[in-house]
Amino acid sequence: MKTWIACWNILRKDMRSYYLKPPNISWGLIFPLAWAGMFFIRSGAGLESARGLLPGVMCVSILFGTTSMLAVTVTFEKKSRSFERLLLAPIPLELLMLAKTAGAVLFGVLNAFVPVLMALFLADLSGVAWAALLPAVVLIAVSSTFLGLFIAVSVSEVFEAQTFSNFFRFPMIFLCGLFFPIARLPVWLRPLSYALPLTYGADALHAAAAHAGRLPLSVDLAVLAGFCLVLFLGSLRNVRRKWIV
Amino acid sequence: MIEVRGLRKRFGDVTALAGVDLDVAQGELFGLLGPNGAGKTTTIQLLTGLARPDAGTIRIAGIDSTRRPRAAQHLIGVVPDESNLYPELTGFDNLCFCGALYGMPARERKERAAELLKTFGLSEAAGRLFAGYSKGMKRKLTVAAGIIQRPRILFLDEPTTGIDVASARAIRQLIAELRRTGTTILLTTHYIEEAERLCDRIAFLVAGRIVRCDTLANLIQPVQGNRVLQLTVTGDAAAACARLAPAFPQIRFQALDGGDRIRAESRDEIRIGPLVRLLEQEGVGVLEARLMRPTLEEIFVRETGIEAAVMSREKEKAGGGA
Repeated sequence: MKTWIACWNILRKDMRSYYLKPPNISWGLIFPLAWAGMFFIRSGAGLESARGLLPGVMCVSILFGTTSMLAVTVTFEKKSRSFERLLLAPIPLELLMLAKTAGAVLFGVLNAFVPVLMALFLADLSGVAWAALLPAVVLIAVSSTFLGLFIAVSVSEVFEAQTFSNFFRFPMIFLCGLFFPIARLPVWLRPLSYALPLTYGADALHAAAAHAGRLPLSVDLAVLAGFCLVLFLGSLRNVRRKWIV
Repeated sequence: MIEVRGLRKRFGDVTALAGVDLDVAQGELFGLLGPNGAGKTTTIQLLTGLARPDAGTIRIAGIDSTRRPRAAQHLIGVVPDESNLYPELTGFDNLCFCGALYGMPARERKERAAELLKTFGLSEAAGRLFAGYSKGMKRKLTVAAGIIQRPRILFLDEPTTGIDVASARAIRQLIAELRRTGTTILLTTHYIEEAERLCDRIAFLVAGRIVRCDTLANLIQPVQGNRVLQLTVTGDAAAACARLAPAFPQIRFQALDGGDRIRAESRDEIRIGPLVRLLEQEGVGVLEARLMRPTLEEIFVRETGIEAAVMSREKEKAGGGA
């Protein structure tokens, strides 16, 4: 019970202090909408293309919603030593890091449904497989969050966290099949696409929203879960190795 | 309550701790005294689970905290050397959050937070952001955060460094009160007078080694028999010492800080009259003669070779103040 009080309050504090602040909310909304608008105009298609664009916009929303704050705040708290307060609390490190990342996961999931709400007014979403879409959204949010965590615990300065986040995030928009298929990428770039978690998340969303997935949904979700595990364990290892020296 | 054996820690080529042994009894206020870089903060980090030792064992209330740091963390409170609360939270919210980290239910932690804010005279600032607090207020709130869960063992790392006299005094009073109520306290400080005033036992930590560890009474004992007289004279103290030394061979004279003060030390009683008469015959006026009680500072200087003033200056450079 005591551990859950601690974890719940870590989540609550992070939501209040970081995620539900107006700049973060506006960033989480404006950025994916700007991308969607750009591709919408570029494609020259009508409103009927909105459903096809939806998986890509959702992926961008989740990716930026989860990583934009987490990598920076964890690095900042480590730098200002307030993270020591958490490390001194009698909570298992695994639970502590899950509590610390839960805010980002929640925010990412909520962000994903903002474009869905908007698309409800623009396109026919009756064919969307919601039962497949929801676990895909959650796993994309978790894997993106853990990617942000992995970056945060691998660097020591806030500016490094920002730089490294963008180093991963921006190429992922083009490499992971969000707005155009991986098959249209040069052959030599494709292996890189399949080494990135968002490729499988985008594929799962394409399958759920537009029945246009290239891999079976179960494979996409399993690979995403694998990425989540590896990134989380890697982050824990870095915390133990670099922060509790 | 705290048992440390053969604690060693290196950071690259630097040896932070070179085999530290410590025993702190239940309810004891134990002081770790040493200059910057002696290993005080490293000791606290190792004891609280924020760092891992290269060698040695740590037992906190019987728990092997090198193997089970989280189990030991249930029992301890920590006041780090920096005020590291959350700038974006108010004073009240910071305390409540710290209470929640130890699993305190909402009502209990709110009551305790209000009680601590009152104790430290911060009730009026309870609703203000921590970022807007003065240095002294931040330090007091950091101490309050360290004891919100009523820990059985409290680690205080330089609790009064860099704050105003009134805040430092309030913190010292609270430390004395915690000791009176049975909390086991390990205090690190570079303020010798603070250790002297508060601690039951004191260890001198220099370059990662404990060079001496005992009660204040036992530490002072070897020089207790010595008589020390301090004279303030007109003119050059060094020249006056040169005149006094041949006339009083049983007394050791020393000019202090190259100024106008002379320190006279002897195993026997020092009679002031003959000293004053001789100096006045030589044309040196005596403005003040004061019998000095041996202090912890003298013992520290003897044992470690480090002047207390050097310790203070180091700390001032590092941003300290009080």
